[in-house]
Amino acid sequence: MATPEKQEILSLLKEVCDPEVPVLTILDLGIVRDVKINGDEVEVIITPTYSGCPAMDAISIDIRLKLIEHGYKNVKISFTLSPAWTTDWMSEEGKRKLEAYGIAAPHRSDTLRRDERIACPQCHSNDTKLLSQFGSTACKALYQCNECKEPFDYFKCH
Amino acid sequence: MNQQINFTLSLADTTLILAQRNSEWCAHGPILEQDIAITNISLDLLGQARNFYQHAAHLIGSPATEDSLAYLRTEREFKNLLITELPNGDWAQTILRQFFFSVYQSLLYTQLLQSKDEQLAAIAEKSLKEITYHIKWSSDWVIRLGDGTAESQQRMYKAIEYLWMYTGEFFIPADYETTDLSAMEREWSLKVKDVFEEAGLIMPEKIFMQQGGKTGNHTEHLGFILAEMQSLQRTYPGAQW
Ligand SMILES: [Zn+2]
Repeated sequence: MATPEKQEILSLLKEVCDPEVPVLTILDLGIVRDVKINGDEVEVIITPTYSGCPAMDAISIDIRLKLIEHGYKNVKISFTLSPAWTTDWMSEEGKRKLEAYGIAAPHRSDTLRRDERIACPQCHSNDTKLLSQFGSTACKALYQCNECKEPFDYFKCH
Repeated sequence: MNQQINFTLSLADTTLILAQRNSEWCAHGPILEQDIAITNISLDLLGQARNFYQHAAHLIGSPATEDSLAYLRTEREFKNLLITELPNGDWAQTILRQFFFSVYQSLLYTQLLQSKDEQLAAIAEKSLKEITYHIKWSSDWVIRLGDGTAESQQRMYKAIEYLWMYTGEFFIPADYETTDLSAMEREWSLKVKDVFEEAGLIMPEKIFMQQGGKTGNHTEHLGFILAEMQSLQRTYPGAQW
């Protein structure tokens, strides 16, 4: 059970968003692994989505600023690699927000080695095609809908 | 300890140099989607390299940093595989190298999951999901070009002829390597053969294999890469963004 102080910090972290997909908070994304309070020091442990994710530096700065703004002067951000981040840690609310934003939400990560039908976030048709395994950021693939013809991003499972 | 540092540096150098090579395609890819794909792969490799360099810097201790290890070591100190430093050539050569490398990388990192060095195991675990996408993408391209037009197939054969002699180095252990590379070699050949068969390409015969990268004996190409990559830090030491 999280202490009241930890709860408060977690609710502050809900206000920190992914700079590349700003509808998702870092909690939705599932990259906050733990919050530890050691005396007056607050340690936030995060894990990167992809090894080369350039958003990690921006996210650490945003976490620090958010906590300092609310009176936590001694903030430490730590990184952990294992267990490796998976899109299965994304919250259900996060997935709904992604779809509403026009990005298809990730399927379960055990589909990583299979080709899956991805539904169009605009018209919900299952008749879509993969244009490129690699999209505008490391975490996305590019699809097109054969029904409404719109191209769209898929937050690929990981 | 030395063995562990050298091994970690070899993993770092190999991923960094291939990232650097692939990034040369940025704004030069054959079509926009593939330009983005190869640069995304480059970014994954760079991220993996940073993780390995940070770990190596931690093992070596102060004043080593990830930046000093990447920017201030000389050609003879770099332990990357020769195949990563070769020029990109055409698209066939680039995607074939990526395919050969990604298959090798996935087998090696799968072994690293059992490493006594927990941080190496964690980096391997993290990287393996990325590599799965790299294999998927590059093998699709090998099949597409191999089973494409007469021109695309001929370019694949040219790429095979150029690259094949550099694939042996994957499995020739350096004195700092303790992984079982001979079992890996069989698995690598099987996977490559599968994709080649689907692509309608014939596997080359056993030939003389180049080696030396793992111990710092490089082709003439590495010096040029380092000159470009390191010039800023060497001209303005300690410069930061
Ligand atoms: Zn649609």
